[in-house]
Amino acid sequence: MPSPRYWREIPARYRLEGGRCPACGKVTYPTRRVCPECRHEGMEAIALSRHGRVVTFTTIHVAPTEFQMEAPYPMAVVETPEGARLMVQVADCAPDDVKLGLEVALEFRRIQREGRSGILCYGHKAVPAR
Amino acid sequence: MREVAIVGAGMTPFGELWTSSLRDLFVDAALGALRDAGADHLDAIYVGNMSGGQFVGQEHLGPLMADHLGMAGVPSMRVESACASGGAALRAAFFEVASGASDLVLASGVEKMNDGADVTGVLATAADQESEVYHGITFPGLYALIARAHMAAHGTTLEDLAAVSVKNHRHGALNPKAQFRGEVTLAQVMGSSLVADPLRLLHCSPVSDGGAAVLLCPLERAREFTDRPIKIRATGMATSAMALADRKDPAYLDAVAAAANRAYEMARLGPTDIDVAEVHDCFAIAELCALEALCFTERGRAGEATRAGETTIGGRIPINTSGGLKSKGHPVGATGVAQAIEIVEQLRGEAGDRQVKDAAIGLTQNMGGSGASSVVHIFERV
Ligand SMILES: [Zn+2]
Repeated sequence: MPSPRYWREIPARYRLEGGRCPACGKVTYPTRRVCPECRHEGMEAIALSRHGRVVTFTTIHVAPTEFQMEAPYPMAVVETPEGARLMVQVADCAPDDVKLGLEVALEFRRIQREGRSGILCYGHKAVPAR
Repeated sequence: MREVAIVGAGMTPFGELWTSSLRDLFVDAALGALRDAGADHLDAIYVGNMSGGQFVGQEHLGPLMADHLGMAGVPSMRVESACASGGAALRAAFFEVASGASDLVLASGVEKMNDGADVTGVLATAADQESEVYHGITFPGLYALIARAHMAAHGTTLEDLAAVSVKNHRHGALNPKAQFRGEVTLAQVMGSSLVADPLRLLHCSPVSDGGAAVLLCPLERAREFTDRPIKIRATGMATSAMALADRKDPAYLDAVAAAANRAYEMARLGPTDIDVAEVHDCFAIAELCALEALCFTERGRAGEATRAGETTIGGRIPINTSGGLKSKGHPVGATGVAQAIEIVEQLRGEAGDRQVKDAAIGLTQNMGGSGASSVVHIFERV
């Protein structure tokens, strides 16, 4: 993807930055211009805790082209203590280890190598809490 | 608003149609609808299409399709709402006729998925690119996350999911337009290859080509074109959070429920008034969630109702008599209009071996993405 498109996402992807609505307290990931709950304009940046629990999960067997080498891999919706929910891969475990309510840490990882140029794209993955 | 009727319907078979292009599929469906009504002109055309741009590199479908129908000059534009594009096109056409702006309007849907495109990648553009697709999720993956949540919340089983596919293939075997006309067994479904756990290949709708079109006009003029007009009693649409992670309950399709409530209210009807329905079973779990959001069953009971045969032809509320997306096929932009055509055939009494006895009121539910948009229509024999 063009560099500016990637750069724009860096605060969310590298620093796990979300948004908190100063009016109603709603937390989103990533941040937004307008609060989806009360439509207040201007969310405040908030660093999310680097851990959470699994809300629901799957294992991807038929993967998109960029991820084919990694399949099968588990993915989950993870909720942080702030109430933000993230779609992430679950790494460093067997697919069968992922369960509802599993406590996970969110770790900075390489997400994909993009296209022929091989640009490395980063973000967070969940790993079972130790 | 004026009352609106469907007076003509046409569709191609669904399947891997290597000899037909995107425009051919539209023209075949549109000519079918015009001939069915004996109409020789149109006041406007709506083309439901998810991704001509990515599937075959073709945008600007409004004029392209009008031109190839021999109707260059007629107002014509594309309507996009991912897999709900067809339902959205029908809704747009409905309002154009209901408003009094036009009398003869074609609502169509078309998709050419088998022309070499990376189908998984194209379909994934209906999810949130930055927060979902970036991390490696696929469409079956999103519905697998919904399925896992539904199983945990309501005790839905793998047998429940498989029963949806078995039932829809049994229906589709009776539909000459269906892509897959073979029945499948519970064991075959449960033994098919894993796509995104717990969803297997035979829980997933196929990659399809196809076109579908219906002709709308004011109800008061309908008898000029047909002696069996089908009135559109209501249209309802709703949206939800785009990303699955942003929905309060991943096991509940709230956009479907909201669209249904709006349609029920507009029609002044309730779920028990519906005789037959086509719902958006892109994956087996989607049919179960749709049944609950449409209030055809209590929340969490759709799997049980399916296994008990309540949703089969001859059951309490026959669902997807066409074979559904699973068996009939799912050319994404065409699906919403094809659903309406199945209901038109049912209400006209022309559904042959699939006919639901005395069907007078029918419903269609079409859905985009992982349920971020949904369109519901209610139809009545008049
Ligand atoms: Zn707020």
